[in-house]
Amino acid sequence: MSRDGLRTQVGQLARRSVLRTLRQPAQIVPALVFPLFLLAVNSGGLKQATNLPGFPTDSYLTFALAVPFMQGALFSVMNTGTDLARDIETGFLNRLALTPLRGAALLSGLLAGAVVLGLVQAATYLTVGLVAGAELVTGAPGALVIVVLSVSITVAFGTIGLFAALRTGSGEAVQSLFPVFFVFLFISAMALPLDLIQTDWFRKIASANPVTYLLEAFRSLLFEGWEPAKLALGFGIAAAVLTLGMLAASSALKTRLVRT
Amino acid sequence: MSAPAEARVASFRSVALAVAWRSVHNFLSNPAFLVPAVIFPLFFFTAFAGGLSAMSNAPGFDFPSGYTAFQFVFVLLQSAAFGGVFTGFAVARDFEIGFAKRYLLAAGRRGGIVAGYALAALVRALITWMILTAVALIAGMEVGGAGVELFGLYGLAVLVNLAAMLWAAGVAMRVRSIQGGPLMQFPVFLILFLAPVYVPLSLLSGWIHAVASVNPVTALLEAGRGFISGEPVVVALAFAVAVALPVLFGLWARGGLRRAEAAG
Repeated sequence: MSRDGLRTQVGQLARRSVLRTLRQPAQIVPALVFPLFLLAVNSGGLKQATNLPGFPTDSYLTFALAVPFMQGALFSVMNTGTDLARDIETGFLNRLALTPLRGAALLSGLLAGAVVLGLVQAATYLTVGLVAGAELVTGAPGALVIVVLSVSITVAFGTIGLFAALRTGSGEAVQSLFPVFFVFLFISAMALPLDLIQTDWFRKIASANPVTYLLEAFRSLLFEGWEPAKLALGFGIAAAVLTLGMLAASSALKTRLVRT
Repeated sequence: MSAPAEARVASFRSVALAVAWRSVHNFLSNPAFLVPAVIFPLFFFTAFAGGLSAMSNAPGFDFPSGYTAFQFVFVLLQSAAFGGVFTGFAVARDFEIGFAKRYLLAAGRRGGIVAGYALAALVRALITWMILTAVALIAGMEVGGAGVELFGLYGLAVLVNLAAMLWAAGVAMRVRSIQGGPLMQFPVFLILFLAPVYVPLSLLSGWIHAVASVNPVTALLEAGRGFISGEPVVVALAFAVAVALPVLFGLWARGGLRRAEAAG
């Protein structure tokens, strides 16, 4: 198939994915409201943490602003996975299987909705955070990198949703994965920096949890300044998740199409 | 008691027990219901008590039983509330699949249906609390309170469970679809997290302090934390709130039942 053909396939599916995301307020609204609500509650409730010796900033809001970007990525797992699972449940994927559509086109196209959602989420979280008084020491270039990092993570996590949908073929099963991913977020340096977590086993798990380093990449831009190592680690983890997720989803897609 | 009154009570009881049995059986036999009900509270407890224990070093934080016990009370009341809400999901599901219509047709005393769901919610919560309490004690939670105080703590949790279940059942019987889930869940989530979750009320500041000061859940949390540390505070206020909520939401649920009956 020609490159133009592939581009057309991806474009058509991407258009469908974007429109479907935009037409479902039930996907967009919770992904915006829930993280911002938790940001408001946590930044108020944990303000005293800034008085702990060694806390890296005097604004807990700034520290906590990294978290919504990760929560948004978790919503991407659910939304992307649920959309594909619905395509499987309704037989749409079976119809696509009858066309000369490439697997790569299908998966890439489906992630277009995650890109749009990631952009909307990142812009909203950052704007609300800054309006509420959060710091951004890296200025406008830092804001741009935050948006790019956020979209990268959202898309990378979206591939996990695709994999889950292709493996299970059930929207309900994809939804039930939400608590599993929530565990990754909660058992990380979400609420306090790693060196201030007192409970040994918790700190060890948080140190091994990639989510901690994604949070640190956002935090470096918000209140530390340009930290190339932290940014490289953040983008590297996003790239690794994207690669592994796409490989797993491609493999699951082959199995799914064989089954049908 | 006169014979007709006895028959009414017997009818109510048999309906309640039958509904409760089915609901509890569904809960215990389906891992998709059982596992999240047990795992979620443990997970919150782990994340809060483990990840935030440094908060006990914040200036002005002075809770005698330590941060693990401080967070245990929140997670206990949260699991009580969500045990009730998740039972509301079961009510909604029964309406969605048409099973609730059969309940309405068969039950002599329809109030027994709501009572049965309430009983099931309590059983669900009791299972969760046993596991949560065991884990907290293994994790080294210090308990300063004695028998009566701990009875007070779990008594508050029972009333919170009942209130949340009646709220969720009221919504479920009006909406009669699982799509009403967010409506059952979100207000409960909101009111729980707008209370002093991480630090005592005195250490909150700004808008969250203003909101938490008028939030009835604050009294429940403060009393619960007083019970577990053996230094009871605001007990009368907490129990007044804990009794008023089920009464209020009982009326709400009764209205929902009337709506469901009218809808046929």
